[in-house]
Amino acid sequence: MSLLLLLPLLAPLAAATLTALVGWRRFTAWAGVAAAATILGCGITLATRITSTPRIRFGTLLRADALTVTMLIVIGSVATLSCWAGVGYLDADLVAGRTTAHRARLYGVLVAAFLTAMSLAVLANDLGVAWVAIEATTIATAFLVGHRNTRAALEATWKYVIICSVGIAFAFLGTVLLYFAARHAGAGGSALALDTLRAHATHLDAGVTRLASGLLLVGYGTKAGLVPFHTWLADAHSQAPAPVSALMSGVLLSVAFSALLRIKSIADIALGPGFLRTGLLIVGLATVLIAASLLVGQRDLKRMLAYSSMENMGLIAIAAAAGTRLAIAALLLHVLAHGIAKTVLFLSAGQLQHAHGGSTRISDIAAVLARSRLLGIAMSSGILVLLALPPFATFASELSIARGLADAHLGWALAPLLLLLAVAFAALVATTARILLGRPATDQPAIAVPRTAAIALVLGVTASVILGLTAGPLTHLFRLAATALGAAS
Amino acid sequence: MSTATYTELLDLAAGGLLLTAVLIVWRRELAAMARLLTVQGLALATIPLLEGARTHDPALVGVGGAVLLLRGVVLPALLTRASRADGEPRRESTPLLNTSASLLAAAALTMIAFALSRPLLALDRGSPATQAAPTGLAVVLIAVFVMVTRRRALSQAMGFLMLDNGIAAVAFLITAGVPVIVELGASLDILFAVIILGVLTGRLRRTFGETDLDLLRELHE
Repeated sequence: MSLLLLLPLLAPLAAATLTALVGWRRFTAWAGVAAAATILGCGITLATRITSTPRIRFGTLLRADALTVTMLIVIGSVATLSCWAGVGYLDADLVAGRTTAHRARLYGVLVAAFLTAMSLAVLANDLGVAWVAIEATTIATAFLVGHRNTRAALEATWKYVIICSVGIAFAFLGTVLLYFAARHAGAGGSALALDTLRAHATHLDAGVTRLASGLLLVGYGTKAGLVPFHTWLADAHSQAPAPVSALMSGVLLSVAFSALLRIKSIADIALGPGFLRTGLLIVGLATVLIAASLLVGQRDLKRMLAYSSMENMGLIAIAAAAGTRLAIAALLLHVLAHGIAKTVLFLSAGQLQHAHGGSTRISDIAAVLARSRLLGIAMSSGILVLLALPPFATFASELSIARGLADAHLGWALAPLLLLLAVAFAALVATTARILLGRPATDQPAIAVPRTAAIALVLGVTASVILGLTAGPLTHLFRLAATALGAAS
Repeated sequence: MSTATYTELLDLAAGGLLLTAVLIVWRRELAAMARLLTVQGLALATIPLLEGARTHDPALVGVGGAVLLLRGVVLPALLTRASRADGEPRRESTPLLNTSASLLAAAALTMIAFALSRPLLALDRGSPATQAAPTGLAVVLIAVFVMVTRRRALSQAMGFLMLDNGIAAVAFLITAGVPVIVELGASLDILFAVIILGVLTGRLRRTFGETDLDLLRELHE
């Protein structure tokens, strides 16, 4: 059973090696899809086991609990869709001469390496190793953001690498301070192991832990797209190839945030829940504020989707601040539902970009519903998820987050939050209506979607609908994860 | 080695770290900054080597050797090579803050670092290493300052390396190093990050004709 912890690392690693050896071919592209599906499969299998064994280990290095399993399912589902659509996306790029065989090979290797790093980040038994893995995601994605090799892509890459490396360096400083506090609390040499840290959390020195948690909040907050180091997000998301944007929005942000959830569960024992609650609430509200104001009048489709991701991460931070079992379970449902929907949207945006000569300017795109029924329906359903309308799962998760806030006596935060969400709602509706509706002009022909992308879109929409109708056994998994994080009911 | 000698050498190394950081704020020539980073890497490696020699811990001496190789030789050499590339200007362009104001800012940041690290010092009064930890934090803050005020891509990359040196110094001073696997992973990450920054600098120069970061303003709202 513990081998199931190793597979999510080995499968993408094997795909990366294969692509590095023989280059971007049909079968190596499919090896990437298979690796992503393996992560999903391991997540689902582990989910059935985790109810009876709350902690599954592999040696001293890897460990899985309900939060790990949830994140593996998120990584697996988003990655399967993105890699699947990526097969056709890159082939189209190669045929049109937008990329070279050399860069396609690099793309295949780096996407698989990115998946390995993210799996390791959630499977690591040790906060230090988790940090190494999250920093490795920056390294793996740097050249993916710059894949198009244009001036804008280069600019986005530079900003991305510098801001994220500095942000994540602060998280490392926080980790070092936490290690120092844990050593002095008598935790011994493996003081960064999650269970050891939690066991010794009551004895952690308050002053040092406060400093450490603050640094970790800013550091991982950078990678999660939270204020104040959020500026890389829209640039990187708009310049990266669409499948990579989907992976970043759907997985990278939430994996970084899951590290914060772990830290919160420890810091709350050492400092009481007040300290990180205040921090997360301020950061979350500020993030939603900035995202909502930049959504209004947004002129670029992919930047709009990126700011919507920021808005959702802000909302997730606020849910974590509430910290009740209901709020944490709802947060995890939100992460999954948003991840899948955002993947569908970015993949659709990628097809639109190909159909409009590389442009994602909103003024260039119109009448999508009339020009491609598939893209129109996929985008509409994705946007409905972002708007949190029933029957989609975000409706339930946002309601539960609101209730969690009220339960945690943070009801006052609901007023500004709902106002900002309403602004974002209106902006999204206005912009997407312009893209989707209307009659095609004579210079706007029908859009042909490659088969792999079409299958990924259909799968994504289906998954969104099913998740909206019933979260089924997942509800239990999310509750287990909330309990594992020590959330009170 | 007596405790007094150990403490003196340790303080010398920590002082060397801070001094090189301040000198980097002062100098504007890219090659000079890279040479100072070499010295800083050596000072940093002294800390685990000293601690390892005192406690007869071969693992720590090994880590110190690796740090010496990576931060004293390899990374500064990579940056020096990038700074000697064709078309790369030898000096930082007109700075956002003049030299004396920058030096004053560095002094202020050092004081802030000492104020911030009071809880650290309070937790471990007996150890001379922990008492030297605020210098590491000061290097971190000064590095951020360098990254914010310099306008050349390479200066930012050097600021990033200095930031990591500062964090590593804090780690070695307060905990005698994080677990070896974390140290290895972190070093590997830093190595890749600096290589990527070097490659990107080259691409920036080829694409934009120079590496003034003020040119990066295509993407905005």
